[in-house]
Amino acid sequence: MTNRLHPPQVDPGAVAAAAARFVARAEPDIAYAVVDSPVGALVAAATPQGLVRLAYEDFNGGLDAILDNLAGRLSPRILESPARLDDVRRELDEYFDNKRTAFDLPIDWALYSDFGRRVLEATAAIPFGQTATYGDVARQAGNAKASRAAGRALGANAIPIIVPCHRVIGTSGKLTGYTGGMHRKEALLRLEGIAV
Amino acid sequence: MIPFQRFLDEHREPVYRFLVASVGRDGADDCFQETFLAAMSAYPRLRAHSNHRAWVMTIAHRKAMDHHRARARHAIPVADPPEVAHHDPPLPDDETWERVRALPPKQRAAVLLRYAGDLSHAEVAIALDCSPEAARRSAHEGLKKLRHEMSPTP
Repeated sequence: MTNRLHPPQVDPGAVAAAAARFVARAEPDIAYAVVDSPVGALVAAATPQGLVRLAYEDFNGGLDAILDNLAGRLSPRILESPARLDDVRRELDEYFDNKRTAFDLPIDWALYSDFGRRVLEATAAIPFGQTATYGDVARQAGNAKASRAAGRALGANAIPIIVPCHRVIGTSGKLTGYTGGMHRKEALLRLEGIAV
Repeated sequence: MIPFQRFLDEHREPVYRFLVASVGRDGADDCFQETFLAAMSAYPRLRAHSNHRAWVMTIAHRKAMDHHRARARHAIPVADPPEVAHHDPPLPDDETWERVRALPPKQRAAVLLRYAGDLSHAEVAIALDCSPEAARRSAHEGLKKLRHEMSPTP
């Protein structure tokens, strides 16, 4: 025997395969994947109820910060599992290829208060290629005077692109702000045929 | 709590090594699955500042014990020795770990957690619910027994 016992040598491939089998068998509260898109890398995260987060990776402090935030707000039982986000990836690809104008994905609204959720549901109802004002979505959400609160709710939109807050603009037609940078709001509106 | 994915990335290789030593290469994969399924299930109750490595090794150790118990229950005596020799010679380390698995339970557990799990004696003590002194003593006695068994006979 050597002087000291060492942990056995293992093939890194065997470890990776064991980890992959675990991920396939496990039932995480949140599954995520990094999805490439023409507007940059997106972090998509879903619960068994539906898509709960879609984040611009470079605009939210990076992957770790995005996942830390979800762990704190929802659950730390989070696993990388691209297979569980196949539908999200496919619908996004179709949207960016101009082959899809509406998303059919189930959404999990767990991150919202009542009013925030109503604002985002009103936003999700704005059709492809059209815009609405903050006042419009506030009215749809049940409080016509709450356009500022609607603006805050949209600023906290956890599922941009699919909940199309890029279609909400100022009354003067000014684009105002966007959770991902103005260049992305412009790119998405242009993709939908809206002159900016 | 950090996302479980990061916990898995951090601990998967040490846990796998520990299980290869603890149950052998054939059983390691199953025990690995059981370990991380149990860890993920209990994960939200784990305190952020507790010792994650010691915690997951404790679970792995329990799963390895379950594996040994199940094997013992289902053990079927082998009638004939296999005729064809095994062509992959086991790695030298593997033979040593096989001898470790034959040590008395306390010594075996302490040696595995200390040297395959790479835990400190204090962490081994937490895993085995004994005093650090008892953990150190068990590991020491286990090593002494191994050295004795493996020293060339004159």
